[in-house]
Amino acid sequence: MTAVTLTVNGTERSLDVEPRTLLVHALRDDLGLTGTNVGCDSSSCGACTVLVDGQSAKSCTVFAVQADGADITTIEGVADADGTLHPMQQAFHEHHALQCGYCTPGMVMAAISLVEEYPGLDEGGVRHGLEGNLCRCTGYQNIVDAVLAAAGSGGD
Amino acid sequence: MTITEDAPAAHVGSRRLRKEDPALLTGEARFIDDLALPGAIWVGVVRSTEAHANIVGIDGSAALEIDGVHEVLSGADLAPLWGEGALPCAWPVTPDMKNPTHLPVATTTAKYVGDAVAVVLADSRYAAADGAAAVVVDYEPLPAVVEIEDAVADGAPLVHADLESNECYTWGLWGDNAAAVDAAFAEAAHVVSERYLQQRLIPAPMEPRGCAAVPSPAGGELTLYSATQIPHILKVMTAVVLGIPENKLRVVAPSVGGGFGCKLNVYAEEILCSALAMQRGAPVRWTEGRTEGAVSTIQGRGQVQHIEMAADAGGKVQAVRVKLLADMGAYLQLVTPGVPLLGGFLYHGCYDIPNYMFECTSVFTNRTPTDAYRGAGRPEATYAVERAMDSLAVSVGVSPEEIRARNFIAADAFPYESSAGLVFDSGDYQAVLDKAVALAGLSERRADQARRAAEGSSKRLGIGFSSYVEMCGLAPSRVLASLDYGAGGWEAATVRISPTCKVQVVTGSTPHGQGHETCWSMIVADQLGVDPDDVEVLHSDTAVSPTGLDTYGSRSLAVGGTAVYMATEKVIDKARAIAAHQLEASEDDLEFSGGVFRVRGTPEAEVPLAGIAFAAFTAHDLPDGMEPNLEAHVTYDPPNFTFPNGTHIAVVEVDTDTGDVDLIDYVAVDDCGVQINPLVVEGQVHGGILQGAAQALYEDAVYNSDGQLVSANLGDYLVPSAAEAPRFRLDSHATPSPTNPMGVKGVGEAGTIAAAPAVINAVVDALRDLGVTDVDMPASPQTVWKAIADAQGGAS
Repeated sequence: MTAVTLTVNGTERSLDVEPRTLLVHALRDDLGLTGTNVGCDSSSCGACTVLVDGQSAKSCTVFAVQADGADITTIEGVADADGTLHPMQQAFHEHHALQCGYCTPGMVMAAISLVEEYPGLDEGGVRHGLEGNLCRCTGYQNIVDAVLAAAGSGGD
Repeated sequence: MTITEDAPAAHVGSRRLRKEDPALLTGEARFIDDLALPGAIWVGVVRSTEAHANIVGIDGSAALEIDGVHEVLSGADLAPLWGEGALPCAWPVTPDMKNPTHLPVATTTAKYVGDAVAVVLADSRYAAADGAAAVVVDYEPLPAVVEIEDAVADGAPLVHADLESNECYTWGLWGDNAAAVDAAFAEAAHVVSERYLQQRLIPAPMEPRGCAAVPSPAGGELTLYSATQIPHILKVMTAVVLGIPENKLRVVAPSVGGGFGCKLNVYAEEILCSALAMQRGAPVRWTEGRTEGAVSTIQGRGQVQHIEMAADAGGKVQAVRVKLLADMGAYLQLVTPGVPLLGGFLYHGCYDIPNYMFECTSVFTNRTPTDAYRGAGRPEATYAVERAMDSLAVSVGVSPEEIRARNFIAADAFPYESSAGLVFDSGDYQAVLDKAVALAGLSERRADQARRAAEGSSKRLGIGFSSYVEMCGLAPSRVLASLDYGAGGWEAATVRISPTCKVQVVTGSTPHGQGHETCWSMIVADQLGVDPDDVEVLHSDTAVSPTGLDTYGSRSLAVGGTAVYMATEKVIDKARAIAAHQLEASEDDLEFSGGVFRVRGTPEAEVPLAGIAFAAFTAHDLPDGMEPNLEAHVTYDPPNFTFPNGTHIAVVEVDTDTGDVDLIDYVAVDDCGVQINPLVVEGQVHGGILQGAAQALYEDAVYNSDGQLVSANLGDYLVPSAAEAPRFRLDSHATPSPTNPMGVKGVGEAGTIAAAPAVINAVVDALRDLGVTDVDMPASPQTVWKAIADAQGGAS
């Protein structure tokens, strides 16, 4: 077992993990943060997307030990403490950008990162920027509209 | 509706945001793999790497050396757990249908790649996976049947040697009409005869499957949690298979991350975990890996379709004759054999075709079982009909929209009895098509198409039509009986009003993304005159919602929603009796509007629903003999199916140098009856279209000749991303269904049913002047490029 220290959603957390433990399983199984989902085993679907030091990363493709010392933000950490949704979450709600909701945490995290990194994206930019995140329910149109709306309102 | 003309705000019909969203947006929702079950035994399933092989030996010694792996169990070791029980097929479509015994874990022979052959028990998910990978299985390979047509070839190897044939059943629908069909073909001015392939598809909801069985050893109860669409059916089936008294079994579907039909089943892992949990007295859980799921979860489609149409000189179709070969896979899952039948009534599409003949022969192959996948039989039927209509249009020399106009069931013909024996409820197919044509800007598109063709452009434009009708609202129980289905088609609902006038709705429908909580709340809120936020909707747990038949076949609203509506009406009837008692008036003199009972003509004599709710609770002054509650239960069995319909138009740009197809515009006009929440409807249509378009352009469960699935993960199996998806442009044209009081039809599968033929018709339309008459699905760049090359080669 290896000791790892992560700052998760603003709180420092220390845990002992097997060296091969994926970050997503450290978050889910060791820290109980089950909002981050696992949708595949080939880094294809993006359901497990979190922010590592502010940048989106597929947490099924990162070992927990690689993230030692990093600042991690998960879906549980983006709304305000009083429950007010993050502007991206709110935009997803208002545009009906989720149905079953399984891809949603990863999609929201990827979108937050995307609009922060590339302000002023047009529709094509959003579509290409999110191509690492799969959704089977929505056909993406409402997701794209939500991200464009959140970006337009300074959605970070 | 109960509400009178002067009723305040109608929620039904508004674009109300979903109450399901906050929990899903914040990570608060609990999916199956999120359940914390300390001390649980993790199951790893060892799956056959061979398409067909005798299991000679299973060596678990290496697995048992792994930390955390405790046991390796073969199928023979596990067999006593299910005794005489086997995985159920609920739809024996013919009396002589062959149904091979389907054990949760194979004992002697593996029948497909992915077939469970052994099980590892471990104390963590990683140990279970490591252990399963370390088990050494000694296989003696047997000849395998992989492709559908090979299964019925002379001398084909047998999937099940004891069945003496690979044919599962032959089911037909022609009555005494065969001679009339033959006569129509003999007299036809135009005959089209087409062969289409429905490739196998992997449903791929974003949440893989998973289950966890949790025993209560003291009382003998078992709770089975599963990522399932059908907790109620799963409960009955698990009780029967394992001999668990139903009163000792509870099934819970937590938040479920999509299903699309593949979670409409009773799976080996659900039976396995349940049986082991009872035996061990400890929680037992399993979560599917994505690549594992590609072979361990049912696949969809898998048909070879032969369709013939006979038309008169004017292009009016007089007869349709269809022969299918349908791939069951190696075993029959819950409704595997019935899927082709659900399409079997619809091979005349939305057209008035007087003579009809349908026959399906279903076969076993050494592949993962097939079963219901979004649309289940109806996308296949619509594909064949709509592709053939385009061929007929070419033969007759008219446009796709004209051939459809000449054949549509007329708007004044409803209720319309089809030649396949259904009674269609309502529709105006021509009006729907006209709206779609206008929305698509058809004449401008055609001008652009002609210009590009004249210039010899390498970027050809194609415009594809698909007019569809589907049957949903499954289903009248007596009709299901006539089709030998093993259950009814009703749905249950309970509505109760609490002392503080909050409303609790219990539904037997089981949502997994559809938005039932929001939509049921809107329906009930309008009926009762309360706020939708004051309505809670409970579901998906047999301890809370003990009766139901769950969610599939676009049935939730038309059947489950109607049950909720009718239960609410019964509650209002009871409230009216209490109000009459309180107001000392006759019930007949009361009107109910906006949550208040009033005596007609005496406006000051009124009592709000809240007062009645409290009175029902205190029971201090109720009418003599009345039970002190304000609740009602309804089990609703629909009198007929509902028949959503629509016309979709796809516009594609095809690069003739590379074969690449770009879906540049997509217009859909649908008639799903009265819409409860257009926001939800549009979301369903968007997602459905992309799933259908994905069959047309991207997705294919590719098997090699050895029966190995070579597109087993999301890197190889091309579920489209936002980058491939077009922007959809939607409109609607509602003709309320007379089948149910709200006039609703259903919309969950419409997009998927319509889209594939629209897209492929567009691809063929783009390339027709190059000599291309057909393109197989998926129309990958390679497939399209080859179709062009073949057509050009043939022409030179």
